[in-house]
Amino acid sequence: MHPFILDRPRDLSAALAFRAQAGRNDAPAEYIAGGTDMVQLLQENVRRPERLVSLAGLLDNRIEVGLQGLRFGAAATMAEVAAHAGVIEQFPVISEALLNSASPQVRNQATMGGNLLQRSRCPYFRDVGYSACNKRAPGSGCAAIGGENRWHAVLGTSENCIAANASDVAVALVALDAAVEVRAAGTQRTVPLIDFYRLPGATPHIETVLEPGEVIAAITMPANPAARRSHYLKVRDRASFEFAVVSAAVALEMDGTRIRQARIALGGVGTKPWRVPRVEAALAGANLDPATLRPAAALAAEGAQGRGHNDFKIELMQRAIVRAVQTAGGRA
Amino acid sequence: MEISANSKSLTITSSDLTRRELLTVTAVTTGGALIGGQLMPGVISPATAQSAGAATAPLNVVLRVNGTEHRLALDARTTLLDALREHLHLTGSKKGCGLGQCGACTVLMDGKRVKSCLSLAALVEGREITTIEGLAQGEQLHPLQTAFIERDAFQCGYCTSGQIMAGVACIAEGHAGSPQDIRDWMSGNLCRCGAYDHIVAAIQDAARATGSVRGG
Repeated sequence: MHPFILDRPRDLSAALAFRAQAGRNDAPAEYIAGGTDMVQLLQENVRRPERLVSLAGLLDNRIEVGLQGLRFGAAATMAEVAAHAGVIEQFPVISEALLNSASPQVRNQATMGGNLLQRSRCPYFRDVGYSACNKRAPGSGCAAIGGENRWHAVLGTSENCIAANASDVAVALVALDAAVEVRAAGTQRTVPLIDFYRLPGATPHIETVLEPGEVIAAITMPANPAARRSHYLKVRDRASFEFAVVSAAVALEMDGTRIRQARIALGGVGTKPWRVPRVEAALAGANLDPATLRPAAALAAEGAQGRGHNDFKIELMQRAIVRAVQTAGGRA
Repeated sequence: MEISANSKSLTITSSDLTRRELLTVTAVTTGGALIGGQLMPGVISPATAQSAGAATAPLNVVLRVNGTEHRLALDARTTLLDALREHLHLTGSKKGCGLGQCGACTVLMDGKRVKSCLSLAALVEGREITTIEGLAQGEQLHPLQTAFIERDAFQCGYCTSGQIMAGVACIAEGHAGSPQDIRDWMSGNLCRCGAYDHIVAAIQDAARATGSVRGG
């Protein structure tokens, strides 16, 4: 691990002042909260900050579920949100996505804000033994394109990066129009989560719209009639403690046996959590018959580009949509 | 950092205490207590603040482990696991991967299971850490320790302390209601010997023994 100065500020304003002096992403100063991803990145020399600024104890960790919707402080842990009775009852897709993430230990440590900011699990990004990674070393190339790319994205990719976003709960949150409250010294702004993440384009090392000195302070979601009838389907290589090969977050508003409105986002297939509005539009008025669902789900493949090992994801994500819609639709 | 007059704290650096000497010392000082709230996160005394430009200067860190408070001077990079093993010589917690993947380093923090290799020691001041060494009550083993022996729930033993700490939490959380539940909620702990069947059985036994079997 590269040496760093560890700052343990007493309050958030002091923490924001420290970080504001530095640049974006792999800049000399970084924040650390739960630490579950940051410590891995430090251990493997993927990140080598000169200064690490602790947010421990400085951010709100309350979870509030009410008529207005859902709000949780960025410091709420994954385990706390997953086990919250109001979340389980009114936003089951969020609890399911969290409980299908990581391990019980990590869920006790990792914060919600940190979950949304976890770096890609692209093995070439995580292994400094590979020199080519535009996300880690801009301009160095992409070892995954033409390399082992079974785990990589098929949507939103560029010729510079095909790394998939690894967060499960971000997929559920994007399906339900969540937003993040972003704070910096003296300012605050709210950003829809789907716009919070950037496509890799020519700058895959810049993953979010966070500016230097900004932190996620809270995550909010409006009340949604579809949220109660929601489901997270995660397809992976092991039954537990594994990242998604493909996942689908689905929330349905039903009109008897027909879908009034569907909200669907995909994980494991996009360079960011991937909403599929054309599929949602095609499902309006549809019943839950697979013969009806399949053509709608096929619209998710629009623009998808496999790179060899990950070609199967294009078919698999359509099947995941069908199954997740059927499961959500079967819920009372 | 101010400590109450009647608390018994230890100052241990990386000087080479033998494990036996350390155990003797900690046995004498067990029972020391802090004035409530003084070690809460965010309440950092000037003495523990670090000056810029001194990346390798040690940080003063106070860890509370198995009911005893320890004052350490640690490199900022020191994980909780390394602090436990290399500085407090509590080597029951094992380092497998060092990346949060194997679970051999599992300890309890404020009663909740965590991977000690993923926490920086300097950021867990004020938290109550429980390691495998703090699980038994004197000579009386924890019911899950007994169950691991009776069920022969290990071969090489390297993952065992992590399995037991995770299993204790799994039972306390109410996630030991069925073998399927246990397998799911113990998935953060790997066993390369493949003793999983026996581990699941031991956790079931202990959950019954402690009357903590609840639904998933």
